[in-house]
Amino acid sequence: MSNSIVLKKGLDIPIKGAAALKTTKKILPDVVAIKPDDFKGFLPRVLVKEGDRVLAGSPVLSDKRLPDILVCSPVSGTVQEVARGDKRKLLAVLVKADEKQESVDLGAKDIEGLSPEQVRDTILASGLWPSIIQRPYGIVADPALRPKAIFVSAFDTAPLAPDTDYVLGSRIQDIQAGVQALSKLTDGGVHIGLDSATEASTPFHKIEGAAIHTFTGKHPAGNVGVQISHISPIAKGETVWTVSPLLLAAIGHVFATGKVDLSRKVAVTGPRAIEPAYVDAFPGMPVKALEGFYDNAAGDIRFVSGDVLTGKNVGPDGYLGWFDNQVTLLHEGTEREILGWAKIFRPKVFSSSKAFFSWLCPRKKYDMDTNLHGGKRAFVLSDQAYSKVLPMDIFPLYLVKACLAGNIEDMEKYGIYEVLPEDLALCEYADPSKNDIQAIIEDGIDLMLKEMA
Amino acid sequence: MAENNNTPKPGLFERGGRFGWLHSTVDAFDTFLRVPATVTSRGSHVRDGIDIKRVMIIAVLAAVPAALFGMWNVGYQHDLANPAVSWDLWQRFWFGFLKVLPLLVVSYAVGLFIEFAFAQIKNEELNEGYLVTGFFIPLIVPVDTPLWMLALAVAFAVIFGKEVFGGTGMNFLNPALLARAFLFFSYPAKMSGSEVWIANQLKIGSLADGITGATPLSFTADCKQGIDALTSHFSFWDMFAGTIPGCVGETSVIAILLGAIVLIWTGVASWKVMFSSVLGALFTGWLAGVLGATAVPAYYHLVMGGFAFGTVFMATDPVTSAQTEKGKWIYGFLIGVLCVIVRLFNPGYAEGMMLAILLMNTFAPLVDWCVTSSAVRKRAKKMKLA
Repeated sequence: MSNSIVLKKGLDIPIKGAAALKTTKKILPDVVAIKPDDFKGFLPRVLVKEGDRVLAGSPVLSDKRLPDILVCSPVSGTVQEVARGDKRKLLAVLVKADEKQESVDLGAKDIEGLSPEQVRDTILASGLWPSIIQRPYGIVADPALRPKAIFVSAFDTAPLAPDTDYVLGSRIQDIQAGVQALSKLTDGGVHIGLDSATEASTPFHKIEGAAIHTFTGKHPAGNVGVQISHISPIAKGETVWTVSPLLLAAIGHVFATGKVDLSRKVAVTGPRAIEPAYVDAFPGMPVKALEGFYDNAAGDIRFVSGDVLTGKNVGPDGYLGWFDNQVTLLHEGTEREILGWAKIFRPKVFSSSKAFFSWLCPRKKYDMDTNLHGGKRAFVLSDQAYSKVLPMDIFPLYLVKACLAGNIEDMEKYGIYEVLPEDLALCEYADPSKNDIQAIIEDGIDLMLKEMA
Repeated sequence: MAENNNTPKPGLFERGGRFGWLHSTVDAFDTFLRVPATVTSRGSHVRDGIDIKRVMIIAVLAAVPAALFGMWNVGYQHDLANPAVSWDLWQRFWFGFLKVLPLLVVSYAVGLFIEFAFAQIKNEELNEGYLVTGFFIPLIVPVDTPLWMLALAVAFAVIFGKEVFGGTGMNFLNPALLARAFLFFSYPAKMSGSEVWIANQLKIGSLADGITGATPLSFTADCKQGIDALTSHFSFWDMFAGTIPGCVGETSVIAILLGAIVLIWTGVASWKVMFSSVLGALFTGWLAGVLGATAVPAYYHLVMGGFAFGTVFMATDPVTSAQTEKGKWIYGFLIGVLCVIVRLFNPGYAEGMMLAILLMNTFAPLVDWCVTSSAVRKRAKKMKLA
């Protein structure tokens, strides 16, 4: 069953620094961090003490409200520190990794014979459950629910995003096992979104037991939220789950072998990356471990875990996020261009609008930095300026204004159930008024969570 | 997690510094000259090159042809109306330039002063919106408007049209048109009739003929005779090229079309509003002709009075126009319809464009509400079926 969807709206940001399709380094980090902030809606309780031994797959955190939900350590080693911040907020659990990695063995399972409860309990026990995200709101999935369907986007269109086929092509059996397992948790089946350009060549095409949908279009065609809104939009009262192919492979691996394997190929990208390529690494690894890929002598590099639109600024001493398999290195753009807004030609700055002349060189890649390129203003342009980069059937500006006003009725009306901040990241990128649209949507979602609880 | 935020001591004009209370003003000049060093803090780490300054400057640039032509036309009309003068192109332009310059200076000085003051009080960055408004206001008033009247109108428009609602982006009426409306309702004698359109018009019978100074719109409300009187004074081509009396910027459709091309190509203004407004005017003009209410052909309305300028520069103001794409079609169409209705049936004040746009400005949110609600309902129905 295949179904082809063409998306006309969107934008591919032409930024320099795509990773070459080769793996140049294998990183076994000395320390990895497990950060509860990676999981939205997760209230962490620490299950380990400093000095405890953990294996890859040993539970490190559990949820205070639903103690069955565990977060596991991605590596084996010794707990080095439980880092806390203001008001004793848990920042991270740091695990010093062993030279030789060992994993908890949960025992291989024959998925065919498992009941939905057994599948759920296996994932919960493995500490990988928080990898499953529930929409609306993008929170850790509630194990007691049976979602309408489960969605996986098997390609990433974000700027400089890792090539999913390259990263996961060799783990297709794990993904198959994951699909088989997850399809027991829903009646709506598992839906996989494929890129129409690589539809025939991608190993994902061979996945059985899932509904395949192909998408043609620019970013955010690869966003699972956009795909859901075209496959089966989320109505009020419905829940769906999503899982990234990367973590789907990890979940499948647990069923196939009984072991937790979160190792992944991480793309080192961005204009400030030297010879951008892939590395073999783990989630929670320090970005410092990427030395050789950057020269931060001037201290002007921003380290982003994830892509430039939705990633987190983790700083030079930060760690890779649980869900991320990309690090983007950017220049902090504090230089001040003289009369930048008035110049007719501005060859170094890209603009998706025709107010500049970037459209004259459609193939050019830009050395982008983090400058805001203007001052923050009230919204001036109409909805069209935002909806042109959002291939969803909603009115983004109305949604944003409803969130700003904290008007729950309007937020519902304009589609808060269907979006996560990441879906409107391009609206934020293109906004001439320089508003932090993702933060506004995030605040709106937090309000919904509070009011609807 | 470490932030790359090094905070040196506040400078003289920065918040917390000695002259910190002047922050907004200094910041406005500073960011005018150089792109601010602000880096992204939350959300997308890279941003598009476009900002509101760029959007606004494009709107101003688009109106420059109309302004330049208008200056020349001020001189040309003066030349025509006064048999004693006979000028070449540059003399005419220079005369017009000197006539329009004080209007521009007053418009910007008063408007920007108020904007600066409000930015200062609110301790926010100055919004560039007035760069456009301030340029448009001199183009839509009669050239002989007394400067004190203009100053008063600008102050009214900026304070009560914009700042009380929270500044550019929050206003629901087009501030430039509000200034025009203020003048019209407060000083009608200076704003309409036949005496106001030509600079330094001599009032002592030395005019070339009795009606010089009347704009084409003086004739439209006069049912059957209108067209004969109209065409005997102005050809279609005169009105299209703009060599007729009228407000400074509104006469030349050619110059306005140049601006329209810039606005549409850069995406600063919506072609849907412009196109549907033209459709609305043509439709109503045609209907009125069929019903026998007028003998003026519908397409004349497109080149007369402020229709072209209003359609291209005023109706399309992204803040005060409809926000949704379908809404823009409805909004534009109704502006065209209303404009022609006022022109045909209101002999007292024939220029309907200003009132049509202001009226539709107030209705734009309602239009949008209907459009979004129907879209949301349709979608909900589809979701239920699926």
